[in-house]
Amino acid sequence: MEAVISTNKLTKRFGQFIAANELTFDVYKGEIFGFLGANGAGKTTAMRMLCGLSIPSSGAATIAGFDVYKQTEQIKKNIGYMSQKFSLYEDLTVAENIRFYAGIYGLKIPEIKAKTIELLERLGMMNEAKKLVRELPLGWKQKLAFSVSLVHSPKIVFLDEPTGGVDPVTRRQFWDLIYYAADSGVTVFVTTHYMDEAEYCNRVSIMVDGVIEALDSPRNLKRQFEVDSMEDVFYKLARNAKRAEQ
Amino acid sequence: MRQLLTFIRKEFKHVFRDKKTLLMLFGMPTAQIILFGFALTNEIKNTSLGIMDLSKDEVTRQIIRKIDESKYFEVKMYLENERGIEQAFKRDQIRAAVVFPANFAQELRHSNKSQIQIIADASDPNAATSITNYLTNIINEYQLQQKSALVAPMQIIPEVRMLYNPELKGAPNFVPGVIALVLMLVCTMMSSVSIVKEKELGTMEILLVSPFKPIYIIISKLMPFLIISIFNLMIILLLSVTLLDLEIKGNIILLLIASILFIVTSLSIGLLISTTAKTQQNAMMISLMGMMLPTMLLTGFMFPIENMPLILRILSNIVPSRWFFIIIKNVMLKGLGIESIWKELLILTFMCFSLLTLSIRKFKIRLQE
Amino acid sequence: MRSLYFLLEKEFKQMFRSKGLLRTLFIAPIIQLILMPMAANYSVKNISLVIVDHDHSSFSRQLITKVTASGHFRLEAICANTEAALKEIELDKADIAIEIPDKFEQGLVREGSQKINVQVNAIEGVKAGLAGGYLSAILSDFNAELRLHWVQPARFEPAPVISIMPINWYNKFMNYYLFIVPGILVNLITGIGIMQAAFNLVKEKEMGTIEQINVTPIKKQYFILGKLLPFFVLSIVIFTVGLMIGYVFYNVYPVGSFLTMYVSLFAFLFALLGFGLLLSTYSETQQQTMSLAFFFLNVLNMMSGLFTSIESMPQWAKILSGCFPVSHFIKAMRMIMLKGSSLSDISFHLWSMLGVGLVFNTWAILNYRKRS
Repeated sequence: MEAVISTNKLTKRFGQFIAANELTFDVYKGEIFGFLGANGAGKTTAMRMLCGLSIPSSGAATIAGFDVYKQTEQIKKNIGYMSQKFSLYEDLTVAENIRFYAGIYGLKIPEIKAKTIELLERLGMMNEAKKLVRELPLGWKQKLAFSVSLVHSPKIVFLDEPTGGVDPVTRRQFWDLIYYAADSGVTVFVTTHYMDEAEYCNRVSIMVDGVIEALDSPRNLKRQFEVDSMEDVFYKLARNAKRAEQ
Repeated sequence: MRQLLTFIRKEFKHVFRDKKTLLMLFGMPTAQIILFGFALTNEIKNTSLGIMDLSKDEVTRQIIRKIDESKYFEVKMYLENERGIEQAFKRDQIRAAVVFPANFAQELRHSNKSQIQIIADASDPNAATSITNYLTNIINEYQLQQKSALVAPMQIIPEVRMLYNPELKGAPNFVPGVIALVLMLVCTMMSSVSIVKEKELGTMEILLVSPFKPIYIIISKLMPFLIISIFNLMIILLLSVTLLDLEIKGNIILLLIASILFIVTSLSIGLLISTTAKTQQNAMMISLMGMMLPTMLLTGFMFPIENMPLILRILSNIVPSRWFFIIIKNVMLKGLGIESIWKELLILTFMCFSLLTLSIRKFKIRLQE
Repeated sequence: MRSLYFLLEKEFKQMFRSKGLLRTLFIAPIIQLILMPMAANYSVKNISLVIVDHDHSSFSRQLITKVTASGHFRLEAICANTEAALKEIELDKADIAIEIPDKFEQGLVREGSQKINVQVNAIEGVKAGLAGGYLSAILSDFNAELRLHWVQPARFEPAPVISIMPINWYNKFMNYYLFIVPGILVNLITGIGIMQAAFNLVKEKEMGTIEQINVTPIKKQYFILGKLLPFFVLSIVIFTVGLMIGYVFYNVYPVGSFLTMYVSLFAFLFALLGFGLLLSTYSETQQQTMSLAFFFLNVLNMMSGLFTSIESMPQWAKILSGCFPVSHFIKAMRMIMLKGSSLSDISFHLWSMLGVGLVFNTWAILNYRKRS
């Protein structure tokens, strides 16, 4: 299988503090990769390095074949990103947000128009195209933000706690979108605190105190730790964490 | 009472945590006092002059030397013709030019009359007038010296005394202004923003469901700003006395009482704003646009109110700082007692009382909604 | 370059969507520009005067007439004694008191010289200085007239007299508006420029959208350019509207060329927006930006020579003032508008603004990189 994310002893230090310690793992094409960990475990730090937002202290990593040290610009062209903080412009309309991000990623005007219609149809938001994002319910905003992060057909999409504060029905719909994207060949790298969502992933890694403690499919992990749910797997690993909340 | 104290302590912590806001709270009065005291004067000093001397004789040389020797002027350049003067003005190299016509001394000797032209760059009309006045005085002085042997008859000698501010410094006028401005700013803007912030964050709700009385919430919210303001007042007074050699001539207790009255007035304006503003930015905009500008303009410390059009003169009456400014000026600079400011005190008291009643009532109505 | 187009499109959409912003950006400055010069009229006229006349002679009466007829002074009251006159000054009813001594006329004729006491309320330094100046000029005029009339030619050998002819260039009628309107216009542009440039970036920080921008391949310089260009355009529009208001309401119009004016406006905006950007890199929330911007605006306004002349400042203040692009632009504007100075005349100010702007922008970009 083709590895689209590949890291080797990737480390980030802030002075004495080691936020991410020698992370080594591969993520394969079309995979849904769950990146779990308690608050302060170093998930966000790791993810920022992978997105080219922060430069690693040591170790190596390639994203979509590009080096995280030297080729951050190429990396950015090939990834999508959706942060836990809501990332669309509230004072722009739905269509304007799509147009803006598509334009930034270099899509041509006719492409943008086609993409906008395709995207809105899939989301069932044709009637909301001219509404300000501010006026949408949170769940819709999240789904829209996810779709926008895919607007330039990236190889990998990074989702940082995408479903925080959303009701179960919308979460379900959100995951349908994720599956749809993965089926079309996009690699999905997602962090979450919901353990039922962890069950949906192809493979899951669990970080504790800056180190990856476990990495396997949910089924294998449950077998390894001799428990029935991912919740218990997580609890077994994370309760020993020394780092308090950030 | 214990409850109230805990509360007030919490409010202080809020205020002192944000360093950038603190910079504004304490940095601004200090910076203003220093600037007004040392940097901002309108006195004429080392003003650059151009000389166009078409005569170049003994008399013109003497006059030029006399001008150059004075601390007011500095001869920057000698010019040949009017074009040269114009050029120098356009490049802003000189503020005025003194023009001596050809055969100056000769004319003076033969016909007893000669004329000097003072060409001033009147872009700044006040400066131009001052420069012309000073130059005239220097030239007249020179004439008197020349004539002293003759003893001119019927000599009127004006003895001018500059009261309160013999060196014509900017500070005496500005210090009361800065006090009024800073107190107004801290009290109105800061207090309204801090209350609205609590609303915006939703923590106000939590306070309101606590058994704490709303009036205590108001008091504890406003208390830090009252104390900071008094502290600020002290800093300003201290700086004016130590750095600016300004003397507090009147009764300091009276000054303090009047200040507290003014502070409470401003705080109630802040409270009033907080009852209508929805967001912090909104509160800031109202305080800034609605309060700052009128305070700066209509207090009378930057610009004389009597020069303003009637509408602004009438409007200035409802600006509290206008009355407070008079009080500080009278007490602090002139050393007058309560008999000279009772009217202003009464007006302030009235404003304070009605604003306070109004804002507390509005605050309560909002709570009931 | 294409991404810049989409950034600009977005910024303008946001700008025009926010009614509150437009209101503060357009209407507030316009109202201020209409009202401020009226309030900020620092021309000295109507100096109120009280007179104590102990002499009641024809000389003293002539003197009083002469002073009040000059147009600079308004006679408030004739006081019976010094105390009453001082009281008037204390109560701010009078700015200046003249005391003509007893036997003024007699003394002048017999002893040849007399002193006149003049007391000036000097709390407002400028006004006091001007009032004193006017009064001395009037008194010396009066003195000359007296001599001419009363001293017999035999006794009065005509001494050589140097007369002085003051000429005021560029502002013949001493119109204070000509001086203050360009200054206030610059002042307003400064406020708008700094506040908006600083706010705009911090808003993206606070909203979290900047994170999203950071993972896109958009270049930092394009992003910043996309932020600043709209305010560039906006400031130019407001500046132009401001010029028109100055012309319509105060009849102030530039003597110099528009080209020169707009070239220096460009240099100024380059520096100004750099400063706003710098502030935004140092603050996390809008409230902090507000505090910082407010602090600096206050200092800038005072140091910029808007109301007081930079020349009479002490050396350290002059240097400090030279670091502010505002001071240079106010100076340049006044030179262009009143005197018609050309580009080469104001070259020093132009280069200063560009230099300072380069420093601000570099500093801001370095700081922005370091923090993200």
